[in-house]
Amino acid sequence: MYHAIVFLPLVGFLIAGLFGRLIGARASEVVTTALLFLSCVLSWIAFVNVGFGTGATRIQLGQWFASGDMVVDWAFRIDTLTVVMLIVVTTVSALVHLYSIGYMHEDPHRPRFFAYLSLFTFAMLMLVTADNLVQMFFGWEGVGLASYLLIGFWYEKESARAAAIKAFIVNRVGDFGFALGIFLVFVLFGSVAFDGIFPRVGDLANTSFRFLGFEWHALTLACLLLFMGAMGKSAQFLLHTWLPDAMEGPTPVSALIHAATMVTAGVFMVARLSPLFEAAPGAQTVVIVIGATTAFFAATIGLVQNDIKRVVAYSTCSQLGYMFVGLGVGAYSAGIFHLFTHAFFKALLFLGAGSVIHAMHHEQDIRNMGGLRRHIPFTAAMFAIGTLALTGFPFTAGYFSKDAIIEAAYVSHRGGAAYAFLCVVIAAFMTSFYSWRLYFLTFEGAPRWGHHGHAAQAAHPVAHGAPPDHEGVAHDERSRDIEPPTAAPHEHGAHGDHRPHESPLAILIPLGVLALGSLVAGFAAKEWFIGHHYGEFWKGALFTAPDNKILNEIHHVPLWVALSPAVMMALGFLLAYAMYIRDPARPARLAAEHPVLYRFLVNKWYFDELYDLLFVRPALRLGRFLWRTGDGRIIDGLGPDGISARVIDVTRGVVRLQTGYVYHYAFAMLIGVALLITWYLTLGGAGWGGGGAH
Amino acid sequence: MGLLAGLLILPLVGAAFILTLRGDADAVRSNARWASLFTTLGTFLLSLWAWGRFDAASPAFQLVETHAWLTDTIRFKLGVDGFSMPFVLLTTFLMPFAILASWSIEHRPKEYFVAFLVLETTMIGVFVALDLVLFYLFFEAGLIPMFLIIGIWGGKRRIYASFKFFLYTLLGSLLMLLAIMAMYWAAGTTDVPALLQHRFAANLQTWLWLAFFASFAVKMPMWPVHTWLPDAHVEAPTAGSIILAAILLKMGGYGFIRFSIAMFPDASAYFAPLVYALSIVAIVYTSLVALAQEDMKKLIAYSSVAHMGFVTMGIFTMTPQGVQGAMFQMISHGLVSGALFASVGVIYDRMHTREIAAYGGLVNRMPLYAVALMVFTLANVGLPGTSGFVGEFLTLQGAFKANPWVSFLATTGVILSAPYMLWLYSRVLYGPLEKPSLKTIMDLDRREAAILLPLVALVIYYGIVPGPILDSVAASTEALIRGYQSALGTTQTAAAPLAVLQ
Repeated sequence: MYHAIVFLPLVGFLIAGLFGRLIGARASEVVTTALLFLSCVLSWIAFVNVGFGTGATRIQLGQWFASGDMVVDWAFRIDTLTVVMLIVVTTVSALVHLYSIGYMHEDPHRPRFFAYLSLFTFAMLMLVTADNLVQMFFGWEGVGLASYLLIGFWYEKESARAAAIKAFIVNRVGDFGFALGIFLVFVLFGSVAFDGIFPRVGDLANTSFRFLGFEWHALTLACLLLFMGAMGKSAQFLLHTWLPDAMEGPTPVSALIHAATMVTAGVFMVARLSPLFEAAPGAQTVVIVIGATTAFFAATIGLVQNDIKRVVAYSTCSQLGYMFVGLGVGAYSAGIFHLFTHAFFKALLFLGAGSVIHAMHHEQDIRNMGGLRRHIPFTAAMFAIGTLALTGFPFTAGYFSKDAIIEAAYVSHRGGAAYAFLCVVIAAFMTSFYSWRLYFLTFEGAPRWGHHGHAAQAAHPVAHGAPPDHEGVAHDERSRDIEPPTAAPHEHGAHGDHRPHESPLAILIPLGVLALGSLVAGFAAKEWFIGHHYGEFWKGALFTAPDNKILNEIHHVPLWVALSPAVMMALGFLLAYAMYIRDPARPARLAAEHPVLYRFLVNKWYFDELYDLLFVRPALRLGRFLWRTGDGRIIDGLGPDGISARVIDVTRGVVRLQTGYVYHYAFAMLIGVALLITWYLTLGGAGWGGGGAH
Repeated sequence: MGLLAGLLILPLVGAAFILTLRGDADAVRSNARWASLFTTLGTFLLSLWAWGRFDAASPAFQLVETHAWLTDTIRFKLGVDGFSMPFVLLTTFLMPFAILASWSIEHRPKEYFVAFLVLETTMIGVFVALDLVLFYLFFEAGLIPMFLIIGIWGGKRRIYASFKFFLYTLLGSLLMLLAIMAMYWAAGTTDVPALLQHRFAANLQTWLWLAFFASFAVKMPMWPVHTWLPDAHVEAPTAGSIILAAILLKMGGYGFIRFSIAMFPDASAYFAPLVYALSIVAIVYTSLVALAQEDMKKLIAYSSVAHMGFVTMGIFTMTPQGVQGAMFQMISHGLVSGALFASVGVIYDRMHTREIAAYGGLVNRMPLYAVALMVFTLANVGLPGTSGFVGEFLTLQGAFKANPWVSFLATTGVILSAPYMLWLYSRVLYGPLEKPSLKTIMDLDRREAAILLPLVALVIYYGIVPGPILDSVAASTEALIRGYQSALGTTQTAAAPLAVLQ
């Protein structure tokens, strides 16, 4: 069964990828989607088997490679953590496949698109079923590849290509740490398989390791290196810059990869390695601080973005920070719980955003929306449910998981936990504000799209003028807002009016399913994930140190802590309501009053500019310098070119002597004879004289 | 006459046959290329037979044959072990592709194919020779056909490139010849198995090691003696580039394993930090230089230097992972870089330019080509699931064991390889197809597909099932490391110079 779950998407990829042209777009869609739904059904069966039964197992597929004492297998590790990830991945992926049939129906490259989607799903499943670190790395890089291909799916767009490469490279920076982490783990444990690592953690608790001139606590160093990989994949602070740009990809991709599944791979990794992280308190503190900082920082940027997808993207970034805070304080199941619920409501928000974009003929700027609820009521309702869940409205999915993390941050005694508590509480307020801001600007108020020329906008991405109520001091020249360029012209050409239209069923059904999940997933799963049935559900898949009782402690937090998320949510909502419904002119005024802060946020804390200045340009300049000067002038100049130049100089000199005039030669001979005689008389003569006297 | 001698003679027979061709120019051209295709295919089949009789579980030299030659001590001795067998197969496997890539050669086709067949003999000879003098003969003789291939059938600056190539490699070779003579005087034999048992005095080892290093480092090529490679690649015809990158470069790595490590263990341990340093510089420096390239072939050439950096680093870690990884990396790089140069050749044949900026949007008209090149690009980036990953991963793992600093610095190459390859791909394949000259460009024809698709399959196959290559090297690697460690007595002496970098 597990073979089928993992390899059915691969089959789908091969069919659509190799024979897509042959069998046509429709067949490719149907085949990949059907296989994915099959995989999804099997995953749910597996979930029931393992989560509520005793199905945990290890399945050996074969050996990947072996060298000396290093053995790397292809194998599945099936436990509760795996099956939770299986249902998240296959469910969202199946729904996104279905959604894409509706969303991408105008695109000429559908077989390729569905092939990539299935390839991604396969790689993600390899990642979550991995039995060892190297296989996890295989899936890790595989999802990175699929992400690269899908972000750059519309390869004719310069911005999409750049975003794809950026995503790949930033992820590689994280993978650099991941790879070093694997090397270190192998040197420490003599194994890369989880079964070989986890039982021996205790033996190495006090080992130190010398690395880069410092003496490190070995396990802490290993965890930090591995966490660097998680930071890249999960777009955490410092390695987050690729995620917003990744919105260049088609919206279903954003929902699947950049919200629900791939970006949570880092969270999954830390949870999977919980035995290691539990033994490395220093690394835990780093996880907490990075997570908390990300939660706060991404939320601040989300406050002012105007691209519907980018707002949701920053929200994802921020929520991933929450998950890491949960993991860092030792409440691994709370982190995974949030991962689980977040997959539903964030996929819902993205797909809802996609439905809006579809309805608006590829408009993504919320400044050009407004009042859409009357035109696309179903999408609006679903979007509202997603917003409620994201902001943690009582009894929706986000309410349970997010509160658990906030409370865990409060009760934890680990370093950085107090900072984390502060960050996540403030972030909860901002989350509520930007989510409702997004909702109000999109669906409520007066329409701002009637006077807007779509055809012109599609052709000239930067040409759209700012509407009167636009809160801009400066233009955010980076908000590019065209979706499919290939599809745009023929669609817009035919439209006389630009009335938004509700999307087809293939789009609405996934929204409905995800909305249902967003409402009930938290309530239904709470007791199993973090409540009374914790032990019998996880069955040791998540390790917690004996003194780690954080899941019990969160039941005894003070009332003000327990209420703080709800209060923050309410405040955020009220502020958004006041600013965007009651007094729509206020945001612009506010922005104008604080231009520095506004610009700082709208330009995303200037990280892109900073990295460009620090890394990208210097690397290019250095490359050119090493090439022209290092290779050209120094190595070649002193080496082959220099030598040949000297040889030529010498020959030139020799050539100059050979003039062909007899008197020149005669003169040279005369001088020669004169020198010889002189030498004979002074030095040589003495020697010869001595010889003669012999 | 044994199997290995057959491998050496068969291409020469083909070459002799081509020389006898007479008559109408078109007929000669057609016959010459078919004759060389069949010859190389036959050689490949023969090498497969040899492989069938090769026992990978044994570290000993196999299929050994000895013929009288110069003197009683300098004999014509051939044999293979786990280090040489994969290279023999790589050579015979890639030659038919090189011939296919030369199908459209117009200028003096007879001589062209003769040069390639002679080159094949010398390349196989390098890997199967079990006598030092014989090895040297093949090692040097290979220069001549390559020199001619670049100098006669090359691009505009072919004379400059071929002389640069010749000067660099000859300089190293002369020092190696001196070292071979010194070894003969010291050990009284040039028989490789006998020399492997011989223990050279420590100070002699140092000089011998340096002399061999001069030759192999140029061949690899290692920084800073790499500058011949980009020029040679740029000017060489497509098939020349394929063979140069895929096989000639591997002679350096093979030499390090066969001679430097196995015969001069003390000196190898002493100089390991030097090799590490040069390898790291190669990886980082050439990756950065590759970022700045505007010529496709130059970019791939620089990337080759970086990838060979992993090989030299891996070999001198003297760990099983390092050595096996280096071997795997060499085979994989042979497939991948050969394929990349063949891919450049495909579009060069159509547009007659290697300039990256002259292309763009090819995917619109060449979907099959786009898929093949994507696979090779990813393999060059070292994506798991392609053959490029296993070698890189194992060499870095080995380096981490030997010295974490080295591994740390070399792993940055994992980041740096991504941008230049993806940029190259993006600029050539993606984007709108706007240039008028590209509007009618055609996708792969059957011959080109026959070159690229088998390589695609192999690159992926060895990424997922690297066992066949790693296993055939395993026994020899183990024997090598055991011999190395017993030669050093304890590993203590090896650790001392390593500490310099720590």
